Amino acid sequence: MEPVATPFFFYFLSGLTLLSGVLVITRKNPVHSALALILGLLAQAGLYLMLYAPFVAGVQIILYAGGIMVLFLFVIMLVNIERSQKEEQFNKQWLVGILSAGALGGLFVLVYTKGSGLFPAVMSLPVENNNTQQVGELLYGQYMFAFEIASLLLLVAIIGAVVMAKKRI
Amino acid sequence: MLDYITSYLGMNTTPGQAGNVFWAVVYILVVFGGVSVAVIAMNWLERKALAHFQIRLGPMRVGPHGLLQPIADAVKLLTKEDIIPHEADRFVFWIAPLIILCASFTVYIVIPFGPTHAITDLNIGILFMLGVSSLSVLGVVMAGWASNSHYPLIGSLRSSAQMISYEIAMGMAVVTAILMTSLNKSGTGTLSMIGIVQAQQQQQIWFLFKFFPLGFISFAIFAIAMVAETNRAPFDLPEAESELTAGFHTEYSGLRWSLFMLGEYTAMIAVSSIAVTLWLGGWLRPFPNTLTGETWDLVFSLIPGFTFLGLAVIAFIGVKRMPKHPYFKIQTAGLAGFGAVLGLIGILLFIPPVRDRIQDIFWFVAKVAVFMYLYIWYRATFPRYRFDQLMKVGWKVLLPIAIGVLIVTAILGVVL
Amino acid sequence: MTDPTTYLSHLELGEPDKTFLDTNELIINMGPQHPATHGVLRVILKLDGEKVLGTECVIGYLHRGVEKIAENRTYTMFNPYVDRMDYVAAVSNGLGYCEAVEKLLNVEAPPRAKYIRVILTELNRLASHQLWLGTHALDIGAMTPLFYTFRDREEILKIFEKYCGARLTTHAFRIGGCQYETYEGFEQDVKKFLDFVPPRIDEYEELLTTNRIWVERTRNVGKISAADCKALGVTGPVLRASGVKWDIRKALPYAAYPEFQFEIPTGANGDTYDRYMVRMQEMRQSLRIIRQAVEGIPEGPIMAKVPKVMKPPVGEVYHSIEAPKGELGYFVVSDGSTQPYRVRVRPPSFVNLQALDVMVRGQLVADVIAVIGTLDIVLGEVDR
Repeated sequence: MEPVATPFFFYFLSGLTLLSGVLVITRKNPVHSALALILGLLAQAGLYLMLYAPFVAGVQIILYAGGIMVLFLFVIMLVNIERSQKEEQFNKQWLVGILSAGALGGLFVLVYTKGSGLFPAVMSLPVENNNTQQVGELLYGQYMFAFEIASLLLLVAIIGAVVMAKKRI
Repeated sequence: MLDYITSYLGMNTTPGQAGNVFWAVVYILVVFGGVSVAVIAMNWLERKALAHFQIRLGPMRVGPHGLLQPIADAVKLLTKEDIIPHEADRFVFWIAPLIILCASFTVYIVIPFGPTHAITDLNIGILFMLGVSSLSVLGVVMAGWASNSHYPLIGSLRSSAQMISYEIAMGMAVVTAILMTSLNKSGTGTLSMIGIVQAQQQQQIWFLFKFFPLGFISFAIFAIAMVAETNRAPFDLPEAESELTAGFHTEYSGLRWSLFMLGEYTAMIAVSSIAVTLWLGGWLRPFPNTLTGETWDLVFSLIPGFTFLGLAVIAFIGVKRMPKHPYFKIQTAGLAGFGAVLGLIGILLFIPPVRDRIQDIFWFVAKVAVFMYLYIWYRATFPRYRFDQLMKVGWKVLLPIAIGVLIVTAILGVVL
Repeated sequence: MTDPTTYLSHLELGEPDKTFLDTNELIINMGPQHPATHGVLRVILKLDGEKVLGTECVIGYLHRGVEKIAENRTYTMFNPYVDRMDYVAAVSNGLGYCEAVEKLLNVEAPPRAKYIRVILTELNRLASHQLWLGTHALDIGAMTPLFYTFRDREEILKIFEKYCGARLTTHAFRIGGCQYETYEGFEQDVKKFLDFVPPRIDEYEELLTTNRIWVERTRNVGKISAADCKALGVTGPVLRASGVKWDIRKALPYAAYPEFQFEIPTGANGDTYDRYMVRMQEMRQSLRIIRQAVEGIPEGPIMAKVPKVMKPPVGEVYHSIEAPKGELGYFVVSDGSTQPYRVRVRPPSFVNLQALDVMVRGQLVADVIAVIGTLDIVLGEVDR
């Protein structure tokens, strides 16, 4: 597939992600924050597409935006939110927060300028047709054990939820 | 510029794959317009067909045989007062129908109307469709919550729980069909919509009949789950008026409610297209392998023309049966004009160049139309499931059968 | 308006199951205006999540003081009022009242009148059951049977219209017999109807009886035991579906019923599905009775000798008939004057409605509507 207007889409999608991140932490209403997060996740799916990883993009939409965020929304809507709207928007330890964010930012800049060996000059474009196939082969071949452990963990979580919420209807 | 436009015409791929923005936009507009017309037609068909099931006539006055009724409905909805509940969250209230609408329409970019007649062909086509259509659950949840009222919230939670539950059974059925695409020489399957139909063409069997009855059972599971997914009868408890909660779109009036309805019908057409592509051979004409040859190709290629001519004949019979009263002059003229248009389209479809191009699209649309009729038929016939029975069917009946079919298909695929 | 919780305080309501994710109890009002309550019935539900803990019915929205009106009208003048109580099965109401007053006057309607009365009453039973089926199916979600049953009910209403001029509130009978002779072609019409209807009833059964969704919505929903029925005084198809074989047409026969052969269908479980089957069978038995009646109508007068100005001797009488909905009883007290001293109507829907509470305890909210439908109540009768 021919890539079209790559720089525009890159800046657009990453701008959306950043915007959604800012909105998530600055909105008073938790439902608005969740919606902003959904926007950010969808923009990230677009970024995955640009990285020639369509399978990961698809799974991001299905699971993250369509499943986990729905769960978030359920919880937010069923829990008493009026109290949270009256709380303060910014953490009391904002000074420590700024210092640690600044430290992390400094670390990023350091890595980017000094660690030029980490970023190759030219990226070889992976063949995108095989993304699903490669992920499948890795998951069910090399990382089979981890896959099964993860599914077992999910099963335990489901059973726990059912046991906790079960009532005699 | 002109080169850019004409260079695509020589190619043999979808505009998305070719990277041609202009033609992609043209295709998008055509599909969007086509889907809108289909939704309007579906609205009319639902009222007429439901009425005929119930031994009454349905709309007859607004336009001949009610053909202009959807337009009248649209005008009515547009001119209604836009009521927003008192303490509702305005932004969320506004955006909820838009999310459902956008999610329902976005899936149309991968629907294959023909081997090159699609807006694009993502190589994760089916995954994309399932994923984006699951985003409509968000819209439903937000609609119920933003109404700031007890009953819509309960209705929307029920509706979204129903949609999420049946998505799982749908996914399992879809995986079964995808498995069948990999039963070729190279052993690789494909997730792309066009690739799935081409796999059916290559394996010379519609997946409905493959490993009979496994293909059929997975198709049946998908067909049931898709009705539940779109909140249609018999799974329409969250929308029913005679139950206690009137559903997530109670507080929406006028244009906003019409957006919900638009989204619902669009989603219906979208999931029917998935079913048609995965099991019913997409754009392939019936009996592509048993009835091969030039003559059979010719016969089948004449069917679209005859279909429209048949519809025109029905319209003219209707004209003949109209009462001869002066009040009905305009209606008679209108119906005759409609019949003439249908006849013209029929004749147009006999011209060989048009005939060849329109084949795939016609068969695809015809199969989807059968599903639409089935939707209306279900609504007329079946009572409603109670909510706990609904969830029981989704989790305890459909899901185990779907997983079972998947396992048996996988085993058979390896063994055979 | 009083606080709805005070309504419920005298009932022994179940306690909700308590887990640490405790849901609130909900008091929900199914208001007088509701598509599914078959009239103006207000039901207050106390819910625990989806489960019903208790109900309270608030009635009286359609009270018109019919019984008080009776004290100020003469016996014949009161006859039309009686139709308006159970407006769906108006002919039965008329039959019960006329027979009660005939008992007071010690007069018996002539045989021909009795046969005509039976034919019209059984036609009315069929019409009432058809309306019940249509609305009950509609509540549960099946939209189509409603139109089919109303179409077939049209034929019955046409016969009524040809006979006495009215479709719904017929005022068909008079004290002492019938006023109108059967019209020209009455027997043919009824016989044509008898041939036309059985395949239609089969059609309704085909749509619903073995439909899995219908069975799941109605089996084990709204169960009531025979002992509870007898204790509450519930009669009619509800009682028969719980297994008690009690039909006033057989137990205390009236009109021309002793001369006909018919069965009394009963059910085993007392759930909604059994009540559905019982009423479907009753429809067929009604057809049987009508056929026997129309083939054997005797000749003769249609009106007994009753005085123009009716002054029944002092006394009281209680006469009940098997209306489509249950035992419809009239308690008429006469003080010797032209106007009754008291007319007390025992409406079947009023007594059956008391069973609603017993039937829906522990069921889900969606079942409340199915149960109200299956009780076949008409608010005109409940409130009078």
